[in-house]
Parts: sequence; structure tokens; C-alpha cells
Amino acid sequence: MLNYVLARLLTFIPTFIGVTLVSFSFIRALPGDPIQVMAGERGISEERYAELAAQFGYDRPIYVQYWDYLTGVLQGDLGVSFVTKRPVWDEFFSLFPATLELSICAMIFAVALGLPAGVIAAVNRGKFFDRALMSTALVGYSMPIFWWALLLIIVFSGNLQWTPVSGRIGLQYYFPDPTGFMLIDSLASGQKGAFLSAVRHLILPTIVLGTIPLAVIARQTRSAMLEVLGEDYIRTARAKGLTPARINGIHALRNALIPVVTVIGLSVGTLLAGAILTETIFSWPGIGKWMVDSIFRRDYPVVQGGLLLVAVLVMVVNLIVDMLYGLINPKIRKR
Amino acid sequence: MADTTQITTAPSRPSALREFWYYFRENRGAVIGLYVFSALVLIAVFAGLIAPHDPTAQNRAATLLPPVWQEGGSWSYILGTDPLGRDLLSRLLYGSQLTFLVGIMVVVLASAGGIIIGLISGFAPKWVDTIIMRIMDIILSFPALLLALVLVAILGPSLINAMIAIAIAYQPHFVRLTRAAVLAERSKDYVISARVAGAGLPRLMFITVLPNCVAPIIVQAALSFSNAILDVAALGFLGMGAQPPTPEWGTMLAESREFILRAWWVVTFPGLAILITVLAINLMGDGLRDALDPKLKRS
Repeated sequence: MLNYVLARLLTFIPTFIGVTLVSFSFIRALPGDPIQVMAGERGISEERYAELAAQFGYDRPIYVQYWDYLTGVLQGDLGVSFVTKRPVWDEFFSLFPATLELSICAMIFAVALGLPAGVIAAVNRGKFFDRALMSTALVGYSMPIFWWALLLIIVFSGNLQWTPVSGRIGLQYYFPDPTGFMLIDSLASGQKGAFLSAVRHLILPTIVLGTIPLAVIARQTRSAMLEVLGEDYIRTARAKGLTPARINGIHALRNALIPVVTVIGLSVGTLLAGAILTETIFSWPGIGKWMVDSIFRRDYPVVQGGLLLVAVLVMVVNLIVDMLYGLINPKIRKR
Repeated sequence: MADTTQITTAPSRPSALREFWYYFRENRGAVIGLYVFSALVLIAVFAGLIAPHDPTAQNRAATLLPPVWQEGGSWSYILGTDPLGRDLLSRLLYGSQLTFLVGIMVVVLASAGGIIIGLISGFAPKWVDTIIMRIMDIILSFPALLLALVLVAILGPSLINAMIAIAIAYQPHFVRLTRAAVLAERSKDYVISARVAGAGLPRLMFITVLPNCVAPIIVQAALSFSNAILDVAALGFLGMGAQPPTPEWGTMLAESREFILRAWWVVTFPGLAILITVLAINLMGDGLRDALDPKLKRS
């Protein structure tokens, strides 16, 4: 097991260096000069240009620039936003809880509905329930989520007026946010109605972001369950006279969960990509909206830093999933 | 070549295509998907003939006209008009051309590059293979849509750049699949005998091994086709894909976003068009997987 962990960690290092190379090259691949971009349309004097070039290190050889960048990154220095003049690192981590809260809720939504749907479909293979659930799952899987969001807004915010259209909480509430998680902070503030407002703001984004993972989990659970239900030990369990609920719920589902857990872990990238769209539509102040806004504002240090942090996040989660997988499934780590 | 075919005396095996069709037909959803897909292709091809109006022609007298079945609708604008008085139906019909163009281009670019790199990776010495796979890991660390957004920021927003960016983001999947299939095939007897018979490396790669690796690649291609349509529409929606007045479905959604509470049709139809197209392709993809995956075949 130790060898497996070490080998897996060793592949992490070159990938990490590669990812830093990509984000390093990003600013240099842009058309035009980054300092001119920063100066904006007013232009810039030659002395000031040289001063800034020296400050950012653009006048030195490219490998020295990369080395400085890499050592900076390892110390948490990702540069400073052109627009807000705040360190990119600080911006990322002040917005990250919003994305995390939304992603966790979306994942809970997806698992809570997807797992039972997959089990029910597998147990009723070929029957009406199976076909209805799997058709729905395929529609969900094919859904352009930005359009899905607009439809939900039309119905629930427009016609029924049940949910707000944007933001994380009603404007009338104001309280400190020590954790950054609106659900927790609003409860802790003790203000009447604050928690309810936070929940109402979360509902639509959660459904939108959770739709594709929900469909994927339902489909994956069904096929994993079908595979397991054909095994000998299930037949033995049936022969012993166990109740179907016990067989399906305990014997089969537990083994079917292994591939499902992997799928859940690996959908972090999907969630982050979905967060870009969901957050933009619902004006949710998280990482996705921040990246899109920065691209439009040409706030390149933010795009560069955000790109790197998102990639590292995906890599770390994949690493953890791989290790957990090795832990659950001994067949993997022997190789 | 003619001689070898005459010598064959074994009972004729059903042709690969017929066998494929036999299994594909068993999946009813896949057949429905195929019909819908074919209909959409016909619509795209003949969009110029079917469309009642020019997709970019503006009629200031008829802005935000509702569809024909609603009060105030008219037969000359069956699905209504957008905020600039353009015919929604015509824009959707012309948009289907772009959608298929996008899907085909992305799949061709991503699969061609991915197959070649994957073949090289599978046949090359270990160190080349390791370098290629690490590069693919790096690309896979970025969520596809984010990578595409950033690439488009570098290249400039346009439909072509969106397609290139998404093809780059999808390429690693093809590389990994091809490499895995090549590694499984490389040590089999028929490959060794071809090598002993003096087949050169290009021949071994493209003629001997590749045809035996295509099944998973085709399934991946179908999946990439539908994902490409979704991602390009998403880029268009974010303003980083096709630029107005191009009748691209995602861009159409973005243009009419502010009218969602006043005119449901400007938002509903473009999204529905995306959903139906992607759904049809995914239905076919499921059928392809069932028909091509030997593990699932009941012989």
C-alpha cells in the first residue's frame, strides 16, 4: 500500500509542474503586452513602462521568470489583481466557501436522489419504473444547464415568485461571516428569517448544478447494481431466504457503491465547470463567476492564479479518490 | 488480393456492419435517436430551403412577436420573433448547421489528434509514452469549459476558436483510449506475425492495430459530439463563442436573456433545440456502446 501511495504521489509532481507551466505561459501567450493591457487606453510613459517591466520581472530571461513564478506559487504568492489590487490568493480563498457550499449542496442533492433512483431502476430492470427513471436520467444528462437555469427562473422566480433570482442572501440581512458558509453564518447570526433566506437563495442553483451529477450517479448506480445482482453471493443470499430489501439494500448496494464513489469523486471537475455557468446565471459570488468576470475584465493575474488553483484542486481531489479507491479495492494497489 | 477471397471457404460470417445493425436495433431508444438525428441532419442541410426568412433580417414592426398559437402570433412567424424582430424559426434552422459543424469539427480534430498521439504513445519507447501521458494528465486537470474559456481569451472569441479550444480539451480522452487499446493489442499473435512478416511501423500502427481499436473510439466520439455541442453553446452563452448576429443557439439564448420574464419563447426554443439534438446523439451513443462492447453482447 505504501508503494502504491508513493508511486501515485510521484506522478503528482511532474503534473503539478506542468500545470504551473501552463498557467505561467498563459499571460505570455496573450496577444499584446501585459503592461500595456494594465495601463489601459490612456497609454503609459516609457519610463513608467520600464519601471513596471522591472517590477514584474518581464525584462529578465524567461527561465528566471518561471523560476520566480514557481517559487512564488509554492509560497502562496499568485500575484495581485489588476482590478482590486488584492492578492489573488486572498481573493480565491474569500470566494471559495461560496463555491464549496453550493457544490456540497448540489452533491447532496445528486446523491440523495441519484442513488435510490439507480437502485430502484436496477431492481425493476426492464419494467416501467426502470425505463421512466433512465429516460429522465438521460434527459438530465443531455441538459444544457444554462438553459435549465433560465427555465427554472421563469417558472419559480417569475411565475410563482417562490425563489429569488440572484445572490446568496436577502439584502436586508447583514452579519459577520466567519466561516463563509451562508447557511452556517446565517444560523449563527440569530437574525430572524436569515437562514430561510439563505436556503431560498440556494435552492435553484443547487438543482441546476446538481442535475448532471444526479443523472450520472443514477445511471452509474443502476449499471453497478445490475452487475452485482448477477453475482453468486446474491443468489446465495436469496437462497438463504433473506428479504429483498435486505439483499438489495445491504448485500448488493454496498458492493455497487465502489464504482459510484469513484464517479462522485471524479465529478469535481464537472462540478467546477458547472459552477462557472451556474454562478454566472445566479450571480453567485464564487470561483466560477470570479473567473468569468476576470476574463471579461482582462484581469490576467486573477485568471492565471485561478486557473492554477482550480487545476490543483482537481488534481488533489483525484489523488485522494485514487488513494481511497486503493484502500477499498485491494486489486488496484497490487499492480 | 482477388485470389485470397476465392480461397476462403469457411461459412460466411455476417458482415461487421450487419452484425452491428443487429445489436444496435435491439436498443429502441438508439433507433429513435437515429431517426431524430437523421431528421435534424436533413433540416441542417436544407435549412436554406425550409427557412421562411433570412436569419439576420430584422423587422422593426414585429419585435417579440409570440408564437402562432398564442394570442397576437402570426403565421409568417411560426415560432415568434426575437427582440430585434428576427424570425426565431429561421434562426433555429440555420443554427442547426452551426451546431453540426461544431460537433463534427470538434470530433474530427480531437479524435484525429488523439488517435495519432495515442498510437505513438502505445508504440513508442517507455520514456516517450510517460511524457505524453503526463502531458495528457496536465490537460485533464483543467475542467474542459474553463480551459476552453481561457484559450478563447487568448485566441479571441469566435466560433472557430471555441471549436479549437474544445477540441484541445477533449483530445486526452482519445489519447488514453487509443493507447489503452494499443497496449492490449500490441502483444497479440496477429501483430507479432505482421511484424515478423516485415510490416513497417506505420503499417503496424495504422493498418494492423488501429482497426481493432476503433470500437471504444467510436463510442467516445459520439459522447464528444454531444458534449462539444453543449460546451460550444455554453461558450456562446457566456459571450465567448459565436458572436452576434450569428444564429448560434447558445448565443441566441444569451441575447434574449433579459427578456425571459416577458417573452418565454425566445428562451425556450433555442434551449429545446440544443436539448433535443444532444439527447438524440446520446441515445445513439448508448446504442453504439451496447452494439460495440463485446462484453455486453449476448452471443
